[in-house]
Amino acid sequence: MAVIQDLAIQAAQMGLVLALAPLVTGFVRKVKARLMRRRGPPLLQPYRELMRLLGKEAVLAENASWLFRAVPYIVFAITWVAAALVPTFARGLVFSWSADLIAIIALLGSARFFQALAGLDVGTSFGGIGSSREVMIASLAEPAMLMVVFTLALVAGSTQLSTIAAFMASNEVGLRVSLGLALIALIMVAIAENARIPVDNPATHLELTMVHEAMVLEYSGRHLALIDLAAQLKLVLYASLIGCVFVPWGLATPAAGPEIYAYGVAAYVAKLLVIGFLLAAFEMSIAKMRVFRVPEFLGGALMLGLLAALLLFVSRSL
Amino acid sequence: MAKRIDEMKLWLRQEIDKAAWGECAEALGRGEGELFALFAEVDRVHMALRGIGSDEPRIVTVKVEEGRYPSVGAHHAPAIRLERAIRDLFGHEPQGLPDTRPWLDHGKWTITMPLAEKRRLARVVHDTGYAFLPAEGEGLHEIPVGPVHAGIIEPGHFRFTANGETVVRLEERLGYVHKGTERLMAGAPLDHAAKLIGRVSGDSTVAYAYAFARAAEAALDVSVPARATYLRALMAELERIANHLGDFGAICNDASFVAVQAHCGILREEVLQAADIAFGHRLMRDCIVPGGVAVNLKKEGEARLRALLATISRDFPELVAIYDDTPSLQDRMVTTGIVTAELARRFAPGGYVGRASGRAFDARRDLAYAPYDELQFAVPLLQEGDVNARVWIRIREIEQSLALIAQVLDQLPSGAIKAPISSVGEEREGTAMVEGFRGDIFVWLKLAAGGTVLRCHPRDPSWFQWPLLEAAVEGNIVADFPLCNKSFNCSYSGHDL
Repeated sequence: MAVIQDLAIQAAQMGLVLALAPLVTGFVRKVKARLMRRRGPPLLQPYRELMRLLGKEAVLAENASWLFRAVPYIVFAITWVAAALVPTFARGLVFSWSADLIAIIALLGSARFFQALAGLDVGTSFGGIGSSREVMIASLAEPAMLMVVFTLALVAGSTQLSTIAAFMASNEVGLRVSLGLALIALIMVAIAENARIPVDNPATHLELTMVHEAMVLEYSGRHLALIDLAAQLKLVLYASLIGCVFVPWGLATPAAGPEIYAYGVAAYVAKLLVIGFLLAAFEMSIAKMRVFRVPEFLGGALMLGLLAALLLFVSRSL
Repeated sequence: MAKRIDEMKLWLRQEIDKAAWGECAEALGRGEGELFALFAEVDRVHMALRGIGSDEPRIVTVKVEEGRYPSVGAHHAPAIRLERAIRDLFGHEPQGLPDTRPWLDHGKWTITMPLAEKRRLARVVHDTGYAFLPAEGEGLHEIPVGPVHAGIIEPGHFRFTANGETVVRLEERLGYVHKGTERLMAGAPLDHAAKLIGRVSGDSTVAYAYAFARAAEAALDVSVPARATYLRALMAELERIANHLGDFGAICNDASFVAVQAHCGILREEVLQAADIAFGHRLMRDCIVPGGVAVNLKKEGEARLRALLATISRDFPELVAIYDDTPSLQDRMVTTGIVTAELARRFAPGGYVGRASGRAFDARRDLAYAPYDELQFAVPLLQEGDVNARVWIRIREIEQSLALIAQVLDQLPSGAIKAPISSVGEEREGTAMVEGFRGDIFVWLKLAAGGTVLRCHPRDPSWFQWPLLEAAVEGNIVADFPLCNKSFNCSYSGHDL
């Protein structure tokens, strides 16, 4: 019975991230629109858009290979798995042992690899521009992310998210400068990885400035729906990651009662909303940077991560 | 007929021979003058120009002999596209023109040379095979963009040659929205032609109608009632404010700074609604007609306009402060897309493009047409020539236009708003230049004895701005092109005609 219950809770987490992903994107859009004094699309609009895309015919370029058709499914599956591994409302789930930070980064890295290949596959100039920009950003964001992981691992003594979350929620952690630096670095990486302003603009119509959107410009129909959903999942993933590591309160412990789980879910949704609001507010206050400024931005994230890790060695008490 | 031309204070037209024409072209090439327009009739080619240092613009005319005339573009690059367009429309061959490719005619028209004496049914061309200028070198790649774009904008093709993210060359291809306006004009009654001209470029409908009306009045020797001239200026300044507000927001939006655009959108809407109440049309289309204006300003309209001035004067400085105080935004604008003063001198681009690069020309001041000769305003001038400078010219012009509207409302004379227009029983010509929001709009008009239009040539300011965009983008990164393009905001429709 216990096994079945554990599996059910794990499945609930998988379903939850998938169900919430479009909502978070819709919420960010709504907040941005309100900040612009616009009414904005309804919160549920991203769900409707996905339904519409799923119902539409998928148009393929004549010279698209099997890779181009397979990539949306690969990217979606990988991203979903990664998103479902990050502790959302509870820790110590049945697959928590596999929720290793390095594994999650590797999963996202392989999703991006396929995505970039698909961008090049059709041979249009925009796909190429998008892929080359995306890979450039990724090659800078991943080292910074790894420094954040090192810092967290050094503090918590594990790269497993469930353990890290448990440690961060305990009294042992205290106030550490390193964690503050790691948080800033993680946020910068998250902005770059999710193609948000100031690195990329998810709402632009200017094909020459696009990064992520240029890469997926040739997709349509159900393929585009999967890619959009994967992007929305990625946003939730990073929000969950920041939530479970730096705001680990409200996470249900293993084998808790239903009311604890319900409380965990409520706390999780609240965290997503707060993070979504902060993202929208941040995006409203800054212009997009030039492409050649992105290395400086992510270099800053790398340096912060490095500094955070170094500080741990210099003084264990900081 | 010659007498008629002599009577005109400005835009004196002279028939000259080939040699003198060639000398004019060479003088332009040496930078001794500015080209305002180059256009044709079935048997001659006209060139409007002004010597540097002399304020009197004039028109010179050369006869087309055996279908040929000496090329101006061979000496003066700004004329190249104009001559290519003349060849597409009339078939006149510019002798010595270095670029022999067609310009407006993409091989899709049902007739060729639509304005020539003898039009020919077009050969059907399926593959137009336009040869873009080559750029060779290691690591260069081409990026074709358009003519259909992702946003809701007009069609135009841009061929980039890039080295990674850096633009090595940009070449434009335009002509996709050729509507045959000049052919529709020929033979049209004056009131119909006035409507047509208002549809050349929708965002400048007032300025075009203004220029056409003044050209027609110059031709027919009509003096416009004082109230009408003031109302015209009022409309022109409202149009300028509305477009500059839209541009200011759109430029910020292209740097993904949407907040400013949202607020500019609100202010622009205020302007359009005020225009609607004042003149019965949001964009004031067909409000200016030859002889005067079609609608009078009513009491509630005046009150609304004064309220509008107060609103913009209150809200706009805050937006400017946001623009100026946001480092991430400034980082995008400053030093991006520079047009050098040297190029601005050669191409004589009107409006913010010229004035941001040190070309101090404003038709309102330098040609001082009524009522601007009686109004106080400054012409902002900057030297930097980057996107930021073009934004600041717009900001300053909005301030000047607000002051102008206040003056117009204060000094608005009473009386008639339209003088009667009647044909004079002989062929007449008229020329006018009006400062639109984008730059100077030039209209040359030839009326038949019966009062219908024989030939009308409106020259959009974009003709001399598009080529500079190619130069401005060079050496910038590909992703900054939309920003440069928006800071120019050239008209496709007005250029393609």
